[in-house]
Amino acid sequence: MKAARVILEALKREGVDTIFGFPGGSVIPLYDALYDCPGITHILARHEQGAGHAADGYARASGKVGVCIATSGPGATNLVTPIANAYMDSVPMVAITGQVSRHLIGLDSFQEADVTGITLPIVKHSYLITSKDDITRTIREAFHIASTGRPGPVVIDIPVDIMKEDMEFDPDDVPPLHLPGYKPTVKGHMKQIREAARVIAAAERPVIYAGGGIIISGASQELREMALYGHIPVVNTLTGKGGFPEDHELSMGMVGMHGTPYANYALSQADVIFAVGVRFDDRVTGKLDAFAPHATFIHVDVDPAEISKNVAIDVPIVGDAKWVLGELITELRKLELSPDRHLPWMEQVESWKRDHPLIVREPDNGEIMPEWAIHKIWQVTNGDAIVCTEVGQHQMWAAQHYLCRHPRQFISSAGLGTMGFGFPASIGAQVGSPGRLVIDIAGDGSFQMTLQELATAVQFRLPVKVCIMNNQWLGMVRQWQELFWNSRYSQTCIECQPDFVKLAEAYGAEGYRVSRPEDLEETLRIAFASPAPAVIDIRVKQEANVYPMIPAGGTVHDMMEREL
Amino acid sequence: MKHTLSVLVENKPGVLTRVAGLFARRGFNIDSLVVAETEKPELSRMTIAVDEQDQNVEQVTKQLHKLINVLKITDLDPAGSVERELLLIKVKASGQTRGEIMQMVEIFGARIVDVTAEVLLIEMTGPREKVGAFIDVLAPFGIVEQMRTGRLAMSRGRKAT
Repeated sequence: MKAARVILEALKREGVDTIFGFPGGSVIPLYDALYDCPGITHILARHEQGAGHAADGYARASGKVGVCIATSGPGATNLVTPIANAYMDSVPMVAITGQVSRHLIGLDSFQEADVTGITLPIVKHSYLITSKDDITRTIREAFHIASTGRPGPVVIDIPVDIMKEDMEFDPDDVPPLHLPGYKPTVKGHMKQIREAARVIAAAERPVIYAGGGIIISGASQELREMALYGHIPVVNTLTGKGGFPEDHELSMGMVGMHGTPYANYALSQADVIFAVGVRFDDRVTGKLDAFAPHATFIHVDVDPAEISKNVAIDVPIVGDAKWVLGELITELRKLELSPDRHLPWMEQVESWKRDHPLIVREPDNGEIMPEWAIHKIWQVTNGDAIVCTEVGQHQMWAAQHYLCRHPRQFISSAGLGTMGFGFPASIGAQVGSPGRLVIDIAGDGSFQMTLQELATAVQFRLPVKVCIMNNQWLGMVRQWQELFWNSRYSQTCIECQPDFVKLAEAYGAEGYRVSRPEDLEETLRIAFASPAPAVIDIRVKQEANVYPMIPAGGTVHDMMEREL
Repeated sequence: MKHTLSVLVENKPGVLTRVAGLFARRGFNIDSLVVAETEKPELSRMTIAVDEQDQNVEQVTKQLHKLINVLKITDLDPAGSVERELLLIKVKASGQTRGEIMQMVEIFGARIVDVTAEVLLIEMTGPREKVGAFIDVLAPFGIVEQMRTGRLAMSRGRKAT
């Protein structure tokens, strides 16, 4: 058997049935093996970045490891952004890159790039295979590393001459895992968990601050049980959306720069913050020394390096969120918490919610307000769609107004903030969730970064729906220019843009345009019901800003709640 | 605050780059770095000297632990460990000063390893401060060239570092 085929067989042994990729000189043997390899579907992207983000979206929607392939040199460097993206948001991914033949490495050969070197700071781990004998062991290790502990991307760089060699493969001969330096902590320290329970029980103003770790570890049920039993309000991060149902009365919605006023008020006034699966990102904390000044912090995370990285933690618990929450609930029950032990706090929280709600501006003068459009999408889909986003204003409006009830429902480039992520991610999410309605909420700027993947969606009959919040601006930068740079709109106006309807049609997808508020709902229903991929160009008010907003490095006192 | 990190790693290609890159990425300057095989050929020992706040060293230690090829990290307490550096130094030694230099070599427990008409090549091992003191003493004679290995350190007592 060719080593290239062994690579595929080893992937299958890890449960891989779908690969996203793009061929090239140094992976021809791999694609030759794919030509007649049963059990693996290859989704051909139109750009390696598309393949990488699709693998990411697939992983986030399905919980499985996303796999992508690119050739050496430019193919591999085109994967750099998706790898960095997966790294920042802890997404399990295995990226296989072809490398030039071993005797050509280091000679500036055609399509050669030092891929393991380039990706070093943005991978959980990486391998340069130097012998066919290392193939099966490396693939086994890569999947183990990518998917356990704090997940992340693993790069496997394979010289093309190795792929062409002949070798034996025995499917039952599974290489043993030998990773003496890698032992993620799953079980939290019981003494710390008991201490956390004691602190929570004694809290007068407790808040749960829940992030993407809840979704990664599958701890939604435990989180819900804990919040309900302890009667504790929950704020979530961007990646934490859907970890706790956002329509629940205890949900305070998203926290941070564009979070709800009440989530930010709650964190700022809390006396105990139970942080789980979060990393105290600067988009959440704002000014660090002024962040939650009255709080005792409990932090649960599987990555010990996150503990006290940005905020000094009083009760650290290293472990898997699901495991730790399970034990913590048991400990809390032993303490027999009374649900009305912090009534004044709950009243305070309720009054914040009542007095500072998120505002959905109704259409004004025949113009569609972007958050109203998102709200309509939410209504039309009963809040059940898988929603991917690009990066910018539309992303924040989507995060604010597309309330999620379930984990793995909201897929967004949170840490890296990658424009052009959402559309290919939606393709991957659709592959990973056949039969589900998958929507990419896009901006007109972001969509133009990866729109070539329309061909992929059409070719593979993936009926994703791109809803462009088209304001003809690079809106988020324009908003910053307006608010902090004296309205000097440098290079953010993008009025010159394609006719998105014709563009969609040119690719063989459906195109729709909505300019009037009264047409939106009907158009959405038609487009969402269609079995074809569709682009819905929604013309929204051009200079609408995202509110609330806490300026970067600010505090809750600097919050701008609405348009002045 | 000066720290000596003793890092046990898998002896594989690229591990040094991963470790050194991590320091650079997190904005840390490495004072010195010594790497070599241990008693087990599949493992290497890195001795990394840094001058950083305790809190930063703790953070970089945690980040180092995340590297798959890193097995163990010890932040060596100076009182509980033995620290050595190797110095090679070439000093101008004319007829008159030669005797004086040889006296210094004697006092510091160093060794002369090469002699020419104009210079002496001296080797010396010791804790960083002692190596520094020796260099200071030799400086007036005229140093042609000097090389230091950087710190090696091992914990005292029965237990391995």
